[in-house]
Amino acid sequence: MAGVTELAESLAAVVADSLQVASVEITDLVRLSGGASRESWSFDAVHDGVVEELVLRRAPAAISDAIGPTMMLEAAAMREAARVGVPSPEVLFATADKEPLGGSCIVMRRISGETIARRILRDDAYAGVRPKLAAQCGEILAALHTMDPEALPPMVDGYPLDGLRALLDDSGVASPMLELALRWLELNQPAETRKVIVHGDFRNGNLVINEDGVSAVLDWELIHLGDPMEDLGWLCTRAWRFGGVGTVGGFGEYDELFAAYEKTSGRPVDPKVVKWWELLGTVKWGVICIVQANRHLVGGQRSVELAAIGRRLVEQEYDCLNLLEELT
Amino acid sequence: MSDGYPSAAQLAEAVEGFLREEVMPALEGRLHFQALVAANVMAILQRELADGPALHSAHTERLAELGVADDQELVAAIRGGAMDGRMGELLATLRPSVEAALAIANPKHLG
Repeated sequence: MAGVTELAESLAAVVADSLQVASVEITDLVRLSGGASRESWSFDAVHDGVVEELVLRRAPAAISDAIGPTMMLEAAAMREAARVGVPSPEVLFATADKEPLGGSCIVMRRISGETIARRILRDDAYAGVRPKLAAQCGEILAALHTMDPEALPPMVDGYPLDGLRALLDDSGVASPMLELALRWLELNQPAETRKVIVHGDFRNGNLVINEDGVSAVLDWELIHLGDPMEDLGWLCTRAWRFGGVGTVGGFGEYDELFAAYEKTSGRPVDPKVVKWWELLGTVKWGVICIVQANRHLVGGQRSVELAAIGRRLVEQEYDCLNLLEELT
Repeated sequence: MSDGYPSAAQLAEAVEGFLREEVMPALEGRLHFQALVAANVMAILQRELADGPALHSAHTERLAELGVADDQELVAAIRGGAMDGRMGELLATLRPSVEAALAIANPKHLG
């Protein structure tokens, strides 16, 4: 466990410097998850009788340089998000370099709460907070869409349909339903309402929930410039409802989300535009199912879980079918 | 040579039972979840063995009604605009295929 001891020593120096204290002691350093592109470590930093609860998100050394720019974008995004009032973990330190922590990384405060959707949607502990979540999401998104692009590194600003078609073509899978949805989206694209910073993955699983509601918005790696209605539509796609009855994340209704967004932002929400993005999100989910299955089938990453996700393509095709019937 | 006895579906059912009744209770965490996924995959196989052939022949007939031979041809026609204006017909024709495929992949998602 020499690696862990060294990491603790490096963390002690980084955290002491960030907090501007003479020295800290690192305790309870444990690896949380083994994602392919990110490691998560939980630890406490103790100084002057204070216990700071912190997290390290780190790229594995082998891909540290490749992930570095995204890591810096995420850190800048969380800082800017906090500035405009989006609940977000406080970032203490970020680097695109392998030194001093063994990989490009972010050190931030730990947020207490739940991210597992099935618990948020079903456990009694969250019964009181569930009715408030759709409106809170509307308020948070309205704030998020005021983030200043100048505060961040340059971001992707692309036409979403082209990327999805390219992924479909590369996959070798022919899905008439996804194709039909893409064609309809192409022919019925609404005019861009505004061009703002979009989170890009604002949904159940990336929202930390506690007894008061949303305590943090996570995973900023897909942040980009685009139409703000993209975030509302993605939150509403059926796949992110996890079997819940509410149209917004399984926990709330369109009206609650839209009313809160309008009230906070002072801008109108056109439900038809959100529905266009919801359909696009459903197509995107279908493409993700194929891409995940191909990681197993041709990508050399053997996994029954990835293979099984491929069959969830049919769920997205079915949801596309129902949305197209509603829209046409 | 015996004619596939027990049948492929019966073998898949035996594996599903083994995974659910013996493997899953002995595991926790990531492996427990992977075993659950594997058991669910075995259930998909059984449904596909029972209903897949009928679905595929019915789907091919539906494609013929639309004037195409297979999904690739239909995809190309849709993308090229040759199917523009036929949305209602396409949705009505494809619905039974999509629903039958979903009944195999995940019947809980129907409705």
